[in-house]
Amino acid sequence: MPEPLLATTGLRAGYGGKPVLQGVDLAVRPGEIVAVIGRNGVGKSTLMRSLVGLLPASAGGIAFRGAAVEGLAAHRRARLGIGYVPQGRDVFPRMSVADNLTVGASLLPKGERPDYERAFGPFPILRERRGQRAGTLSGGQQQQLAIGRVLVGGPALILLDEPSEGIQPSVVQQIGRTLVDLNHRTGVTIVFVEQNLDLIRAMAQRSYVMDKGRIVAELTARDLDDRDLVRRHLAV
Amino acid sequence: MDLLTHAFTFLYQIGDAFSFLVLSACGLAVVFGMMGVINLAHGELIMCGAYVTAASTRAGLPLPLGILAGALAAGAVGMVMERLVIRHLYGRPLDTIVATWGISLAATQGTLILLGSSMPGIGTPLGSFTVGGYSYSTYRVVLMVAAVAVLAGLYLAFNATRFGTLARATIQVPHMAEALGVDTRTVYALTFGLGAALAGLAGGLYAPTMTIVPTMGTTFIMEAFVTVVVGGADIFLGTAPAALVLGTVRALLTTWQGQLFGQIGLLVAVILVIRVLPRGISGLILRERA
Repeated sequence: MPEPLLATTGLRAGYGGKPVLQGVDLAVRPGEIVAVIGRNGVGKSTLMRSLVGLLPASAGGIAFRGAAVEGLAAHRRARLGIGYVPQGRDVFPRMSVADNLTVGASLLPKGERPDYERAFGPFPILRERRGQRAGTLSGGQQQQLAIGRVLVGGPALILLDEPSEGIQPSVVQQIGRTLVDLNHRTGVTIVFVEQNLDLIRAMAQRSYVMDKGRIVAELTARDLDDRDLVRRHLAV
Repeated sequence: MDLLTHAFTFLYQIGDAFSFLVLSACGLAVVFGMMGVINLAHGELIMCGAYVTAASTRAGLPLPLGILAGALAAGAVGMVMERLVIRHLYGRPLDTIVATWGISLAATQGTLILLGSSMPGIGTPLGSFTVGGYSYSTYRVVLMVAAVAVLAGLYLAFNATRFGTLARATIQVPHMAEALGVDTRTVYALTFGLGAALAGLAGGLYAPTMTIVPTMGTTFIMEAFVTVVVGGADIFLGTAPAALVLGTVRALLTTWQGQLFGQIGLLVAVILVIRVLPRGISGLILRERA
């Protein structure tokens, strides 16, 4: 097994002294697409925020490309190649699509010209709407912008938190296909939190199941083919 | 006095009130309007700019360079203030009010103790010009041009530069900017520093027209806050039109009934606008809901 791109050991984190993550151990190899599933409130989004650096780890470690990153500020982790597409998308609402992408490209080293084709190629709608205020885009378009905004920074790992939330099913499928295609073409590693069974089955090569702040099971590609098994892990 | 002269006097007074409001408020519009930091020491940053400008001009520096020195000094003081105090209080407005009020008092009294109750002025340059038998200060016209130039400069800084894009992103969704690789602490520090430098610029520009005393900040701060509150969060759609509206009200009432009524009218206008438009003028233009 090659060295993992991302690995956590005994990761703990929470809000204001209230623990949410109770010791998460996971490892993701370069080029994988891994889903994180589980019921509401088991800590999936908290895990994402903690990996990105928006929530400090209270104990345990996060290794990215073999180096410890749990002590780094979020912007330093982003510059190492961790891209984050949050739940609710968080586009900059009063800025144009183009300016949103500029922010995504700002982490590139000085002198490297941003390549906006990285976003426009997979998501042509962004080119069409580049002068439009991001807050006026539809949910699906905002999701594409949030992903495109990360892509222009050339990440090695993309963390997506519920990419299907609040988006019409046809667009969800299209975004799923685009991400899988991107993974095939560029080898970018993807870890995503999801409740949508179809999107999980369309994208994930394997999956972690979370419960009460821990990883409690791992599903292989074959397990993911079993709709009922996956549905049981998603159910309340 | 014929009609044209009347019209000119009136326009001159509107311009004068407008430039005063724009210049005193633009730094605060950045710090309070954009960043949401209530900086009660804004007036003391203006005072700092005035003192440095007056001191360096008296030491032989040409006035424009003296004004620049005032702006840079206030900007540097602002960055230090952000690093030591403001940074620890983001998202805690009440604590920020108390802390910056404390800074304001300490700065006023400290200046009084160290530099005395007043500093010799530097005199208004450029003399005057005459229209229809009445004379007007040429320097006041320079101030009007400066106010417009500052607005244009800020527009370019926030909309046409990389820093401006990152600053707007940081102010709109801070955690997302951070997660995209923006060093948001540095952006906040620089933005606060910019606001402080604009305050210093206002102090420097008005230094030749005022008595330079430690409490001079209070002359500016009330007008600065009401202009920003009436304007709302956007400098260009808010602060500038607010300064124009309030400046016109003040000029009208001052011409009609004198300075005191000008001041009262300004405050009444503020109360009326806030009653009708809780998000200020830019809130109306951007159709933000209260």
